[in-house]
Amino acid sequence: MSADGTCVAEFRNVSFRYGKVQALEGVDLSLSRGKVTALLGPNGAGKSTLIHLLLGLLPVQAGSTELFGGSPQARLARERVGAMLQISGVQDNLTVLELIRLFASLYPKPAEPHRLIEEAGLTGLEQRRFARLSGGQRQRLLFALALVGNPELLILDEPTAGLDPAARQRLWRVIEQRRAAGASILLCTHYLDEAARLADRIVVLHRGRKLTEGTPDDIRSHVPSSLIRARSSTGLDAIGALEAVTTVDRLEDHVQVMSGNPTATLRDWLATDADLEVLEVTGADLETAFMALIDNDEKTIQEAA
Amino acid sequence: MNNVSIRTSGIRPAALWQFVQCQWLNLVRMPAYSLPTLLFPVMFYAFFGLVMIRGQAHYLLATFATFGIMGAALFSFGVGIATERAQGWFTLLRATPAPLAGVVAGKWFGAAIFAAIIVVLMEVLAAVFGGVRMHPGQWLGLVGVLVAGTLPFCLLGLGLGLLMSPNAAPAIINIVYLPLGFLSGLWIPVSQLPGWMQSFAEWLPPYHLARLALHVAGVQPTDVLLNVLVLVGFSGIFSLLVVVGWRRTRRSP
Repeated sequence: MSADGTCVAEFRNVSFRYGKVQALEGVDLSLSRGKVTALLGPNGAGKSTLIHLLLGLLPVQAGSTELFGGSPQARLARERVGAMLQISGVQDNLTVLELIRLFASLYPKPAEPHRLIEEAGLTGLEQRRFARLSGGQRQRLLFALALVGNPELLILDEPTAGLDPAARQRLWRVIEQRRAAGASILLCTHYLDEAARLADRIVVLHRGRKLTEGTPDDIRSHVPSSLIRARSSTGLDAIGALEAVTTVDRLEDHVQVMSGNPTATLRDWLATDADLEVLEVTGADLETAFMALIDNDEKTIQEAA
Repeated sequence: MNNVSIRTSGIRPAALWQFVQCQWLNLVRMPAYSLPTLLFPVMFYAFFGLVMIRGQAHYLLATFATFGIMGAALFSFGVGIATERAQGWFTLLRATPAPLAGVVAGKWFGAAIFAAIIVVLMEVLAAVFGGVRMHPGQWLGLVGVLVAGTLPFCLLGLGLGLLMSPNAAPAIINIVYLPLGFLSGLWIPVSQLPGWMQSFAEWLPPYHLARLALHVAGVQPTDVLLNVLVLVGFSGIFSLLVVVGWRRTRRSP
């Protein structure tokens, strides 16, 4: 842990291999107290491996990991962590209440089971066995099991996968409440709107390497382009030839253009199509920036090969 | 943040009780496990020990009860662990402060309760329909020896469960369980087996547990120390299997 106690977990130059597959390579990461850190990356980027190393479920092969200033495998550290992992089942024949009570018995200061059931949106399902829960209800139960120890560090691996919009919103509110109460949260997600709403910091992984790290605005600023949407009679090829245009797509009756210099692009476009209408210019969103980062890295790797 | 428990080892009694209770409830609510595990050995004893083979009810009570508790231990651990590992339950538990020993102890208690029920059911059959008479201490002693005797088979099941896929587990456990039971002389008295099979039986752990059961039930005296040492030795060998399985699980949760 850092001297001022703000860092709850730290990775230093961590690498990990599954046989010949390099899952992580030289990753540095620090999780701060009371902050939500979102871990983004395409499938196979190394996100789950990083989480398993952080939880002490995999042995560190190279580099070092610290959880609350000690080994992730130390029991004391685990008492301060709650994890929601991507798993397909628990004990199928145990009820929601039985599973929560079982997990509560493992922690020194557990949450009150019925309060937790309400918080996770499981009221009325207390006596239902796991096997008879829907996919969304199972996700909510796994979320409750992660919260049961009142963790100081909450690790959530795709927590809203399969949840309906209302359940997602509820889960987001709980995450925000936990952060406000001082908990640190590592959120691994494929939903970029979720990361944009919740994350204080974002870490982007690709092919086992950390591509970048920063606030959501920092990540967006990696793409200097702006997004221009308009209704135009100009052909796509002609639009693609306008100054500073990087990509052009037609979406229903609109044309969507990415431009490195929106002023110059619009000047040229208006010169070719004076009837340009329903014009909208915005900065790149997180999803665009994320995709651009991944695409650029892929190109760099392919060029190097 | 710094006000945390200073306990570093062991399991809370409340947690151990929860694991025992949950393991028991999970097994009882799973008819695919509980019915065959409880009823098959009891039916086998009723058929072979009381109907087909006359005059051997006392002897076969000890050997079929040994066969029954082996099944409870092997299937609870072997199939149970393989399934839980594949589903991720095992990984989720490893991310909590639950000590592995506590998880395994809870599972062992669950198997032990099933084992005790199997032995008691057979004892009732033996007393009512087989005319078997023993001192109260012998009835209880038989239950005690066989419940304790689940240990090496739980270790074998745990090792196999850590190494096998959930689809392969039931078949492989049956391949281990049924021949091991037959070759150890649990279905018919070992003296009625061919000579080479009698010699082979002495190299198998169920044979030695059955010797202890026969001794406690007052059927045949045995060299208790030798049988116990052999079972401890097999427990050690099966523990190595557990270590191999555990290392593999740790490399790829």
